[in-house]
Amino acid sequence: MASVLDETPRTNDGTLARLVRSLRWYYVAMIAFLLIYPLITGGFWTVQIGAQTLILGTIALSLMLLAGYGGMVSLSQLTIAGLAGYMIAVFGGASGGLGLGWPPFVAIPMAIAVATLFATLVGVISVRTEGIYTIMITLAVGMAFYFFVLQNREIFNAFDGFAGLRPPLVLGINMREANNFYFFCLAIAGFGYCLVLYLSRAPFGLALQAVRDNPRRMRALGFNIQAHRVAAHALAGFLAALGGMLLVWMNGQISPGSVGIAPLISILIIAILGGIRHPVGPFIGALIFVLLDNFAMQLIGGDRFNTVIGLIFLVIVLFSPDGVLGLWKMFRNRLRRQPQDSVESRTE
Amino acid sequence: MATVQPVKARSAAAYALELQGVSRSFGALKALSDIDLRVASGERRAVLGANGAGKTTLFNAITGDFPPTSGRIRFFGEDVTSLPAHERIRRGLRRTYQSSQLFHGLTVLDNLFLAVRGVSRGRFSFLRPTRNDSSLEAAEEMMETVRMTHLANTSVSELAHGQQRQLEIGMALAGAPRFILFDEPAAGLASAERAELITVLDNLPEHIGYIIIEHDLDVALRVVTYCTIMHNGALFKEGRPEEIEQDPDVQRIYLGGGHG
Repeated sequence: MASVLDETPRTNDGTLARLVRSLRWYYVAMIAFLLIYPLITGGFWTVQIGAQTLILGTIALSLMLLAGYGGMVSLSQLTIAGLAGYMIAVFGGASGGLGLGWPPFVAIPMAIAVATLFATLVGVISVRTEGIYTIMITLAVGMAFYFFVLQNREIFNAFDGFAGLRPPLVLGINMREANNFYFFCLAIAGFGYCLVLYLSRAPFGLALQAVRDNPRRMRALGFNIQAHRVAAHALAGFLAALGGMLLVWMNGQISPGSVGIAPLISILIIAILGGIRHPVGPFIGALIFVLLDNFAMQLIGGDRFNTVIGLIFLVIVLFSPDGVLGLWKMFRNRLRRQPQDSVESRTE
Repeated sequence: MATVQPVKARSAAAYALELQGVSRSFGALKALSDIDLRVASGERRAVLGANGAGKTTLFNAITGDFPPTSGRIRFFGEDVTSLPAHERIRRGLRRTYQSSQLFHGLTVLDNLFLAVRGVSRGRFSFLRPTRNDSSLEAAEEMMETVRMTHLANTSVSELAHGQQRQLEIGMALAGAPRFILFDEPAAGLASAERAELITVLDNLPEHIGYIIIEHDLDVALRVVTYCTIMHNGALFKEGRPEEIEQDPDVQRIYLGGGHG
């Protein structure tokens, strides 16, 4: 059982030594694979599959934080990501002379700050409700945003949206180059993953999980549970905004279609498909989703590829409500039981 | 209704808890009606009554879980009637619940750590606690007090009923409480565990007052100095344990007889 004392130093070893000791072989293998992945694949696989998985995984990770640890299923995470993308275009400028043309080191933090602030406001509104009502309110926020950007030409350029959005040079490194962009996405996704994992055992994360399990008891311990939930929305909004920034750079454009109901629901599907109990779940879900999104169409045609995604989603959720992570746990538990069973059968 | 007299006349600030005309209705049902109650600082009081008398509703009104429909509540002289539950807790009020309200997915240490952190700084901290974190040390001390150190990393879902009740008490005692509301702490405990509970309650620091709701009169009347009897959502009688024990009206309530 995990505890607040996990990762707490019991010896005088350095942090690095502890970190190295706690690394499992599969972590090392996964990190090595992620690092060499763009070197063994081509441009399409690097960006369309690799980078897109990391980007959608990061946005879904923000939902995992809210739903898995906080018990709040929000359908507006892609809206927040989309707002960050729109603000990058509005502040930084897009093709056709649109936008304010601020330098990237001002436009990008401002865009992320606006999206995080918006997420906090969504939190303030939605934490007054629970369960299905939270889903409905956040869906309403998403739909309202979609129709607003569709009709507003002054700020959001209405139906046309913005195009020609490319990542800036960072310390002289060209982020538009496929491998560099992939590693940038990997760094952001890795940061998000480690942050959420670390927070799960920090007082904030521990309290968030306790609020999910028993809000009344948390109030009786002196916690302001509404404030805690709003803070979770702000943090999740920050992660979604980082994902939105990468998404707009990958696509090179943003329009109302990018924040419509279909992509909104996709984030929920990704999170549930992978599993919302652990921060790795959204990335697994994103990988399955991206592969299906790219290849199902070639297998059975453009009309029915959504049916394939839907069927696979149904099958996984039917067998394991906790997504692929749940399936993996079931498989692991069965493997662990098997040697014990065989010893028992021999004894009989 | 019998006239209710306070233990002795004191100045307002000397009372840990002061309720004036507190009522609570749920639709047409009046669960609490016009409660006047004063409990001195450090006083140990039992609130007794049959099921449905309004004892737990009284606790909920005091803690702010269900704010009163009318009336005022003062905690150490401060009017807390309009304060949310968590603000009352931060002022030193604590409670336990009739059925254990613990975090079953977390460990014993996590539960106590949250109880300490809830009333101290760093509730929103993003940093994991270090070994010499004051909240962690306080949580470990509390584990010793309620004799659960050997269960520190055990999930609450794996604890026996008696251990869960013990942990409930530990959580109520965490973080320098000034006044505690115990809601049937002996419910479901074996006789040895009840004896241990009495020891814990007797050994509480003198400045910590409490109200205990308890159907087991052997426990309740042994640990308190004064009793309040509730009946049909109203205060019915007050007195010292020995007076209450002999009172025929009280016996009638407990035996289910009608009250005129």
